[in-house]
Amino acid sequence: MKDTAKDFEISGMAVMEALGYELVELERWNCCGTVFSLTEDDLMHQVGPVRDLIRAQEEGSDEIITLCSMCYATLKRSSLFVNGDQERLDKLNAFMNKEVDYEGKVSVYHLLEILRDRIGWEKVEERMTNPLTGLSVAPFYGCTLLRPAEIAIDDPDSPTILAEMISALWATPVDYPFAVECCGAYQVVDHRDIVIERTHRILAAAGREGADVVVTACPLCHYNLNDIQRELARLIPDYEKIPIIYFTQLLALAFGVDTGRIPASLKAKLKRLQTVKGEG
Amino acid sequence: MTKTKRVSAEEELALLELSMDEVVEKVEELSGQNVFDCYQCGMCSAGCPLVEEMDLLPNQVLHALQMKDESAMTANSMWICASCYTCEVRCPKGVDLAKVMEAMRQIYLRKRLDHVSIDGLSHREIRRLPQIAIVASFRKKTG
Repeated sequence: MKDTAKDFEISGMAVMEALGYELVELERWNCCGTVFSLTEDDLMHQVGPVRDLIRAQEEGSDEIITLCSMCYATLKRSSLFVNGDQERLDKLNAFMNKEVDYEGKVSVYHLLEILRDRIGWEKVEERMTNPLTGLSVAPFYGCTLLRPAEIAIDDPDSPTILAEMISALWATPVDYPFAVECCGAYQVVDHRDIVIERTHRILAAAGREGADVVVTACPLCHYNLNDIQRELARLIPDYEKIPIIYFTQLLALAFGVDTGRIPASLKAKLKRLQTVKGEG
Repeated sequence: MTKTKRVSAEEELALLELSMDEVVEKVEELSGQNVFDCYQCGMCSAGCPLVEEMDLLPNQVLHALQMKDESAMTANSMWICASCYTCEVRCPKGVDLAKVMEAMRQIYLRKRLDHVSIDGLSHREIRRLPQIAIVASFRKKTG
């Protein structure tokens, strides 16, 4: 959020401020570890995420809100892993003997849930100053917002939360078959060819349905869909890149607030749409 | 392309010094899953986004575990798995195949048989890859 995904944070903070909410960053935080450890006996890899929950507890908060969907999944799954089992919680607290005990009372939310359930799409629509009429937006959910069921913020096979957001901004949500597929995630490190194939399939499907832009909630999905397109452009003659932005950047565009960096091709598309509206 | 494999999958399995009975017992212990819950409907393989790169389909891996067959542990499937959880949400028996894959990886990784190394990445790759990708990959493929 402070480096390669800083546009996510910039736009997210700006959008929430525009809606009248202040997102307060934890004074101290550590990396959640990116992935949730899936073995039954592993407490060591819960230390990172649970320490973040302790940080929230220390600041008197019973909630953490995340922008990154991988952080959301890892923090939430960790909180459920330790809350469900007193022995685990006791062992973890005993191990982290220089920390206060984690009491198991911090809930984890993703920003999209807050927008849908607490703020409401009506309020989002009211705040909008630049309706995105005519823009076709393909939602890319990726994995960690929807799977497994214990943390899903929407239906894992037919989610609508991003389509609802897109419609609230008067843009057109694009329905295409790869919206909930995995981008390949960390395989990009040592199996880059897999992610090239995934990206091609996902974006070709979105493009066939007329998408002008794809929105995502995960910095890893963003990298895989965005940066890998450079390789597609080298491999495929006349390949046309589709701009990839964070969902907070789409909101920021509609609100007229700081979007962070936006691809030039998207700026050009928006300008063309404005010109058409002006003529109409 | 894997970065650290200098031995064959069969040689790597031999380094574990475990019988397949012991392996399957460990897989069930680490994953909390009963491999015999699977009745081979294939929903997992039908939904898995990375099957094309796998030596064995996810359901074939589970079947091999049921049969205590070494192919479960020598196939590349567990290393191609991206833990996307599509298999688990679709399994009609509620088998958490993602946890089974993780258990199989951990059996190797806890014996320091890593499947990615920092030496195997060029400076250019380290510069261009986002931190989230490197950390996630190393969490999944190193012990």
